[in-house]
Amino acid sequence: MAIEGLQRILAAHPLFSNLSPAFLDMLAGCAKNTRFAADSYLFHEGDDADQFYLVRDGHVALEISAPGHGRMVFQTVGGGGVIGLSWLVPPYRWRFDAHAKEDTRAIAFDATCLRGKCDTDPALGYAVMKQILPALVDRLHDTRVQMLDLYDART
Amino acid sequence: MHAPDPHTDPMVPVIARVTGRTRELSDVVTFEMEVEGWPGFAPGQFNMLSVFGVGEIPISISGPVSDTTRIIHTIRDVGPVSHALAALSPGAVLGLRGPYGAPWPVQAARGRDVVVIAGGLGLAPVRPILYELMENRDAYGKVTLLYGARSPAEILFEKELGDWRSRLDMGVEVTVDRATNAWHGHVGVVTALLRGADFTPANTTAFVCGPEIMMRFGADGLTDLGVAATDIHLSMERNMQCGIGLCGHCQLGPVFVCKDGPVFDWATMKPLMRIKEL
Repeated sequence: MAIEGLQRILAAHPLFSNLSPAFLDMLAGCAKNTRFAADSYLFHEGDDADQFYLVRDGHVALEISAPGHGRMVFQTVGGGGVIGLSWLVPPYRWRFDAHAKEDTRAIAFDATCLRGKCDTDPALGYAVMKQILPALVDRLHDTRVQMLDLYDART
Repeated sequence: MHAPDPHTDPMVPVIARVTGRTRELSDVVTFEMEVEGWPGFAPGQFNMLSVFGVGEIPISISGPVSDTTRIIHTIRDVGPVSHALAALSPGAVLGLRGPYGAPWPVQAARGRDVVVIAGGLGLAPVRPILYELMENRDAYGKVTLLYGARSPAEILFEKELGDWRSRLDMGVEVTVDRATNAWHGHVGVVTALLRGADFTPANTTAFVCGPEIMMRFGADGLTDLGVAATDIHLSMERNMQCGIGLCGHCQLGPVFVCKDGPVFDWATMKPLMRIKEL
């Protein structure tokens, strides 16, 4: 049975589908396939953000615990989504929990490895940032809309 | 002197009788009512409903077009008239004028993919579309419903959504803005669901209904994916009072929402919705 190359899986993911094969090869060197069973955690708030994830399929809830409210889910991520941006900026620490609600397959990136490659090759770094920034802007925009509480009858 | 005749004077209501009442949410009720000589309606049209001595408000019809005997309205208790309407029980009478307004162009979508985006109580005005799609499923391409609510407890028509989700011939995704860990569905804005939806943009007709900001971002998201502005339809809400384009209260730039709408395409609405406070 042929093993599907990581480059091909990366190229099929919306986040990196625009990258050149040469860049995908470089990214693949920092990536690995991973699975999370339903009800397991990818990471917890306060952990080092030493990896980030491209979700291939599954369903992951991003949660923050609050006294008296339990675990509040503020976003869910499914196939085609990306989990984690804290690996990009110091102090490289997660600010929420990521909870697999069902069996989830993902590509996990070694953040230190990827940051190192981006620092060494600014062309790769720029290409990666051009892919990640739209995802970040989408997330910021969605969060703003969510904060408007549009469905409240009073608004 | 003759009494005003509701059959010749559009400002005179006919008498409707409430025949059924279902509480959907803590502040939302669905009514079934009957009217003698009801002419039927098209999806997206509305009636002016009046509680005598209280006032009159426009309410979209939320039942199936194929049901020619019952008129179904879903009402949120937010103001004096809707509060009085929400308190009516079977057997009560109220005034009804209508149906009014330009409908959703559902028939024109036959042969095409259909995307319905609804937020909050906006699921009620698009429910007649969904009934039409279901009753004539083979006439349409891929059908997708994307629905957003404030929380799991505020999901409208929850049982029907479950029934629709269990069908194999349509995609139904529900998201909420906030949830506890017990919720296993999506959390996030409804427009984010567009990123994973399966449809062919160049051959898609979209129907969008909900808070105006949600409709703006929904229409923008659809056009970003390649759906033509003339194929995106929104249901607008303004201060409609006469329902027939006479009083001018619902004027929105060059159009009257009650008479020219409430359903408009995005090509018409986009420039108007960009004008603040219009």
